[in-house]
Amino acid sequence: MHGNLADETLVVAGRKIGSRLITGTGGAANLEVLERALVASGTTLTTVAMRRIDARTGTGVLDLLRRLGIEVLPNTAGCRTAAEAVLTARLAREALETDLVKLEVVADERTLLPDPIELLDAAEQLVDDGFTVLPYTNDDPVLARKLEQVGCAAVMPLGSPIGTGLGIRNPHNIEMIVADAGVPVVLDAGIGTASEAAQAMELGCDAVLLATAVTRAADPERMAHAMRLAVEAGYAARHAGRIPRRYWAQASSPETDREPPETG
Amino acid sequence: MEDLVVVGGGVIGLSCAWRAAQAGWHVTLRDPAPASGSSWVAGGMLAPVTEAWPGEEGLLELGLSSLELWPGFAEELSAAAGQPAGLHPEGTVVAATGSGDRAELDALATHLARLGRPVERLSGRELRRLEPGLGPDVRGGLSVPGDLSVDNRALLAALRAAAEKAGVAVVERAWAPGETADDAAGTVLICAGAHSASLHPGLAGLVRPVKGEILRLTHRHGAFPVPTRTVRALVDGRPVYLVPRPGGLVVGATQSEHGFDTEPTVGGVRDLLRDAERILPGIAEYTLAEAAAGLRPGSPDNVPVLGRLDGRTLVATGHSRNGILLAPLTARLVVGLLEGGSVPATVDPARFGRTGT
Repeated sequence: MHGNLADETLVVAGRKIGSRLITGTGGAANLEVLERALVASGTTLTTVAMRRIDARTGTGVLDLLRRLGIEVLPNTAGCRTAAEAVLTARLAREALETDLVKLEVVADERTLLPDPIELLDAAEQLVDDGFTVLPYTNDDPVLARKLEQVGCAAVMPLGSPIGTGLGIRNPHNIEMIVADAGVPVVLDAGIGTASEAAQAMELGCDAVLLATAVTRAADPERMAHAMRLAVEAGYAARHAGRIPRRYWAQASSPETDREPPETG
Repeated sequence: MEDLVVVGGGVIGLSCAWRAAQAGWHVTLRDPAPASGSSWVAGGMLAPVTEAWPGEEGLLELGLSSLELWPGFAEELSAAAGQPAGLHPEGTVVAATGSGDRAELDALATHLARLGRPVERLSGRELRRLEPGLGPDVRGGLSVPGDLSVDNRALLAALRAAAEKAGVAVVERAWAPGETADDAAGTVLICAGAHSASLHPGLAGLVRPVKGEILRLTHRHGAFPVPTRTVRALVDGRPVYLVPRPGGLVVGATQSEHGFDTEPTVGGVRDLLRDAERILPGIAEYTLAEAAAGLRPGSPDNVPVLGRLDGRTLVATGHSRNGILLAPLTARLVVGLLEGGSVPATVDPARFGRTGT
């Protein structure tokens, strides 16, 4: 049974994504550290802020991703309005020849929380323009549903604000988003350590996107490896089916055997 | 006397040219606009300890070695040039704002203690006794008296004066690869910063421009005095530094990769001012005298690319954020190379093993 796990590849808008751990590049001390972390993470898709780099002349990060054979997921970090995000996405498509975009429209610098009104507006425009839109969204099941309705290829709710490492503050909302979604759900932002990445997968997310948790760790390469294992473990656990929570203990080797309940 | 062509007139090129001329080389320095690039806009921190980060221990060692050379280098340079080298011997404090910033500084302090370089942790009040201009948002930090700074513009002027007095011919014209190959005698030293990658096939992919925006503020009558020490800070996780200069401050720096773009942006200036004002509220009364952007020559591991590229070509670039700090050490290593010596493996371009050299 577990042998099939490798075949259960994540598919976003008909595109196979080899690893369920999607990474970001921000925060690494240098390119060599970033390279070792990316390799250790096993990621096949990495997001890059279009406003921080110049796609035309190529940069250290873009050259590095090309050399490692990692697909680039351009993002619109730093955009505050739908109009800005649409413009940035179009420039990214032109420069990188990809219709993938991680849509980020944040409301303010202090929280970096998504602005839901601008986000939905931008998502609608970009979907109509032929983009494969992966929106970074609040952990709001209603907004997630609306993003899916306008044609987003995935929804990417936050666990907690970007860079905080506070983990998943509202697991029940994430479960509701997962239960409702007909597109992949990617837990994006807030992961601080491996157990939180595993938790995201156990809650039913299809993938985890993280950057700071790895790039700012004391040993980024080791943390990247830990995240890779955590995502695999959480995914396997979710599909293995956990036992119910019980109030009282239940001996795993009962003194008197009874017939197990029918599983019908 | 052997010929040496130094390509690039920033702090590295000028330092190497001066030291090579002192060592008896016949030096020509080529740069269409000497001392105008990233060395001109730099902050001038000599701060290897407060720049330290786990995983960059090699860089810390280089920085500490060069910092040790700095006082002697500055003294000799001032005497040779007949003008001040700009060394500012006061130390550095690092300030944290939020609890996350404090945790990050604690991690830095622990890391440094483990390397046998303990730093002093101070409360917000203790920091404010050292630097009364620090604002109430500062909740604690570190004191690192050994991390210094230098007025980069005074330094560049002194280096050029000293180099010319030592016999360096400064030719304000660009240099092209192959140009010097015709007169088969000379050695070429590439010190062209972020522009170096296009000057030799062995440097392709090893040096890239990393843009940094930086501001210069000048003190006005009645405004709170300029701090004595360099003030570095983390403001909600964003690093900012304020380096004292005679009559003002340098505030830096953003970091992004935009090719060879040297235009300061509104957002970059706003972010720097917002964070700097949280740390030193008194700067609101200063003059915003200059906003500029420079191109750090970024290497893949932030460590310089320093060594021999082929039989006649040497390189000293890729100093990333640390060009001014590493200038004395770089010049010493380059003179060693010219005299037939070798460089440590940590800086040798061969360490990347992906070039054809």
